[in-house]
Amino acid sequence: MLRYRAAGLAALFVCAFAAWLIVSGAFVHGHDARRTTASRAEGLAAWDQVYSVLTSPRCINCHTATNYPQQGDERHRHFANVVRGPAGKGVPGLNCVSCHQETNADSTGVPGGHNWHLAPLSMRWQDINDQPLSSSAVCRALVDRSKNNGMGGPELLKHNQEEALVLWAWNPGRRPDGSLRTLPPMSHAEFVSATRTWVEGGTPCPQGK
Amino acid sequence: MATYQLNVNGQRKQVNVDPSTPLLWVLREELKMTGTKYGCGISACGACTVHLDGIATRSCVVPVSLVGDRSIVTIESMAADPVGRAVQDAWVDKDVVQCGYCQSGQIMSAVALLNATPKPTDTDIEESMGGNLCRCATYVRIREAIKSASQQIK
Amino acid sequence: MRAAVELEKQVQVNRRSFLQVSAGAAGGLLVSLYLDVPAFAHEGNRAQPAKVYPPDAFVDIRPDGKILITVNRLEFGQGVQTSLPMILADEMDADWSQVIADLAPAADVYKDPVFGIQMVGGSGSIAHSFQQYRELGAKTRAMLVAAAADRWRVSPAQCRTENSVVYGPGNKSARYAELAKDAASKAIPEQVRLKNPSEFHLIGKKVLRLDSRPKCDGSQKFGLDLDLPGMKIAMVAHPPVFSGKVKSFDDKDARTLDGVREVFEIALSKGSGVAVVADRFWTAKQARDRLKIDWDLSGIEHPDSSQLWSKYQELVRMPGNIAVSRGDEKAIDKIAPANRIVAEYEFPYLAHTPMEPLNATVRFDGDRAEAWVPSQFQTMDQMAIGEVLGLKPEQVTFHTEFAGGGFGRRAVIDSHVPREAASIAKRLRGTPVKLIWTREDDVRGGYYRPMHAHRVEVGIGPDSMPAAWRHVIVGQSLVAGTPFAAMLIKNGVDETTVEGTADTSYNLPNFHVTAHNPTVNVPVLWWRSVGNTHTAYVMETLVDELATRARIDPIEYRRKLLKPEAKKLRSVLDLMAEKSAPWRRNLAQGHAAGIACHECFDTAVACAVDVSIENKRPRINRATLAVNCGLAVNPLTVESQFQAGVGFGVTQLMARGAITFKDGRVEQRNFDGYTPPYIMDAPVTADVHIVPSTEAPTGCGEPPVPVISPAVVNALSKLTGKRYRSLPLVSL
Repeated sequence: MLRYRAAGLAALFVCAFAAWLIVSGAFVHGHDARRTTASRAEGLAAWDQVYSVLTSPRCINCHTATNYPQQGDERHRHFANVVRGPAGKGVPGLNCVSCHQETNADSTGVPGGHNWHLAPLSMRWQDINDQPLSSSAVCRALVDRSKNNGMGGPELLKHNQEEALVLWAWNPGRRPDGSLRTLPPMSHAEFVSATRTWVEGGTPCPQGK
Repeated sequence: MATYQLNVNGQRKQVNVDPSTPLLWVLREELKMTGTKYGCGISACGACTVHLDGIATRSCVVPVSLVGDRSIVTIESMAADPVGRAVQDAWVDKDVVQCGYCQSGQIMSAVALLNATPKPTDTDIEESMGGNLCRCATYVRIREAIKSASQQIK
Repeated sequence: MRAAVELEKQVQVNRRSFLQVSAGAAGGLLVSLYLDVPAFAHEGNRAQPAKVYPPDAFVDIRPDGKILITVNRLEFGQGVQTSLPMILADEMDADWSQVIADLAPAADVYKDPVFGIQMVGGSGSIAHSFQQYRELGAKTRAMLVAAAADRWRVSPAQCRTENSVVYGPGNKSARYAELAKDAASKAIPEQVRLKNPSEFHLIGKKVLRLDSRPKCDGSQKFGLDLDLPGMKIAMVAHPPVFSGKVKSFDDKDARTLDGVREVFEIALSKGSGVAVVADRFWTAKQARDRLKIDWDLSGIEHPDSSQLWSKYQELVRMPGNIAVSRGDEKAIDKIAPANRIVAEYEFPYLAHTPMEPLNATVRFDGDRAEAWVPSQFQTMDQMAIGEVLGLKPEQVTFHTEFAGGGFGRRAVIDSHVPREAASIAKRLRGTPVKLIWTREDDVRGGYYRPMHAHRVEVGIGPDSMPAAWRHVIVGQSLVAGTPFAAMLIKNGVDETTVEGTADTSYNLPNFHVTAHNPTVNVPVLWWRSVGNTHTAYVMETLVDELATRARIDPIEYRRKLLKPEAKKLRSVLDLMAEKSAPWRRNLAQGHAAGIACHECFDTAVACAVDVSIENKRPRINRATLAVNCGLAVNPLTVESQFQAGVGFGVTQLMARGAITFKDGRVEQRNFDGYTPPYIMDAPVTADVHIVPSTEAPTGCGEPPVPVISPAVVNALSKLTGKRYRSLPLVSL
């Protein structure tokens, strides 16, 4: 009797799991005709890699919870009291683009990229004390369509592949002293690959707060 | 060296300079327009503020090669601009300046603020002017003058 | 700022129509007025006939009616190019709307009557030149009247003057411009009647600055804006450790840039550097960045902040040289520990960072030279340039340019910036060379307000007032080894180290102040208000602590503690108390009031601030300031100086307000690492109240600075319960 119950439970579990998989959109269609699934475990492992990039200075400095950006590898508050402003672009008289142009200005040490601005507060990856949020918290924010501008898996992948300010992180230009800014912990290609695996794994998020 | 066609205060100017030269030094040395000042060279003080296509811009960090055909407006043309003139008059009326070295930049930032927000709140003023350094610390009167100019602008 | 040619024309025009005031006469009169003088005056400064260095005019009445008044000071924000002409124009009865001003070049006749050199400092411009400019104005008027009286064959007594016109009996009148030529041939009167203060029509009134409009429309030229035909730009690579030397350098890379003219080693005041001369600023900067310099940094001290603090903490525990010793030096030891406070304070190196980076332009022509410097120290700088070029001072035509701030940074005894410029100009004979220090050069270049340690032991009497006060101060001397040493170092103590404490107006029995002036390989300099920057902080926070302990209102406590003869301080305490009472009684939740008062440079200031904490920083919502500066020549200038001067004083509180050293090198490089106050760091509003006075005017340049920091932290202490004895305020 126990065996039947166990099997029944197992079957129930498998069905439930399958249902959950379907509901969570794990089977992604449309962008690739090849077999493109990854396991949840693979997705989680890939997420760890993605998280390590997102919380590296070149990315997280503009994903703040405060009304200011950060700068530098030590991630201190950006100098000259620049502020977020209503649209993350600064304020009249002190816009992001008051200094940051469309490309890096290596001769003066100011980084630049298209439409330089702060990520919206919905996409903050730190708390108000400038501490990076946990892996699970960042992940949850990333997949929350009400926060991420309606992006699903494919859109998230495309964002990481093509968005100008994302690409900037791997071409961050020179500091005023001539040294190259620190790159994220892996190449852009590796980052995209990890993103893809994570997406194919169902954009799983680790448990926890 | 490269040649650039610049649109400065509504006039076409041609310069021949090292492309990496900040716009600030092109204005000051090639065009002899010394109203825009050098205070720090790292965009921390705002003394070098001009308007590029109407946006307050710190010219000490913008290489001339990145300017393109955007219109460059400097302090020298503010007297002929209604908002610029109102700000300058308020500055004089309220006796804002001391050494005066930062004031070109202060005025350019203030004009950008008033262009976007004709009736700024105290917070608006503080945020928009928050990156302009004045070592004489004339900030109390800068606040007063901006409010006064704001009242003069229709 | 004028080109050489323009100046020549100017001088000729001046000689035709100006009134030459003999320096001998002015000097003679002034001696009798300045017999009891503060710090700098000594025998050598008095009654010296001036040598004649052209041009030497103070007043130029032009044919078109404009009156050019020459100001014997640098204008660097303090408003002197308006207030000194006001004084002269008032006595002269000139039409103020026609007055214009310029800054005097270096010449004997423009020396500070008290200090004996041409300079700005010690908050002395009005204090020392008030009488001088009054007499100049009165004498000019007398000569104009004499000319009119002659013309009309009447007696001068029958004439009166108003608004640049002499009026005679009947309907006779003549404009000053018409009379100027004749007046110039009149004898300069030995004695003149000065106005009764009730006759002033400018002095004592709020008068708008003369230089506002040009400073608002970009037309005002500063030293850095100078442009001369054929001019080159120079920059110097300085050793990363002070007094280091060049061992060798490779300029191959630097010279590949288009427009690099010269690269060579130059001697500095100490050690050596490498000069780069180029056509443009950007070229010079890039070329200098490309230099590969091998420095010899051996045999010199490599300053290190943590090592220095260890040393200072040791020294401050040992008695130093005596500055003041009143009563029983051991009295404090006899007071029970429970009734003693021991307070130790630390103050970091501070950079001045005036808004206009340091610069000097020199052209060497072999037997002459010409220099343009935004200088607080014209006499010294002119001499130094001459020395470098092998010329006498009078062979150096020295123009005073408008300066973008100074705060003491442009008054350097060794004239190191003009010397660098001259050294480079020497090599490029006939070429004007503009030497520029970048902001990085400035932040790293030394000449800081020295770091200081204080250790104070206060014994409290049964009446809650101090019964004994033993105070040790450690800090570098500003003048040791310089020509100013004899004047300022007494008994081995540099007076500038202890001023504000040693000369306190508080009645402190058994008062014992000693000081150590260690030698450190960091060049140091007076920073606006000098010793008062740290001493006032100590005095005013400690007095506040005593008041808190005694549960006595801090204003009341100070009233009790001040010596009866501290009239100016009492007057400002009272006025500040009165004017701030309404808001001090109505503080919002999370706000506290902080009080401080201090007298320096003969001016007393009392300050009350409304402080709250926002984003972990002090927010100064309001400051009420009371000032006693004697007669306020231009109350508008006084108001501005105090409203803004306290904002400058906040520099000491900024989180990134310290210059620190590691292995000999300055750790900061620009405003990102050494951050002065921005608009949100300064008081939001500041109301200034001047004690009505007819006493001689005293200075306003420096007195605002010392009071703000202690006032703010006294308020913070109420909010947080902590005491703040280490600056800057990194965290609250």
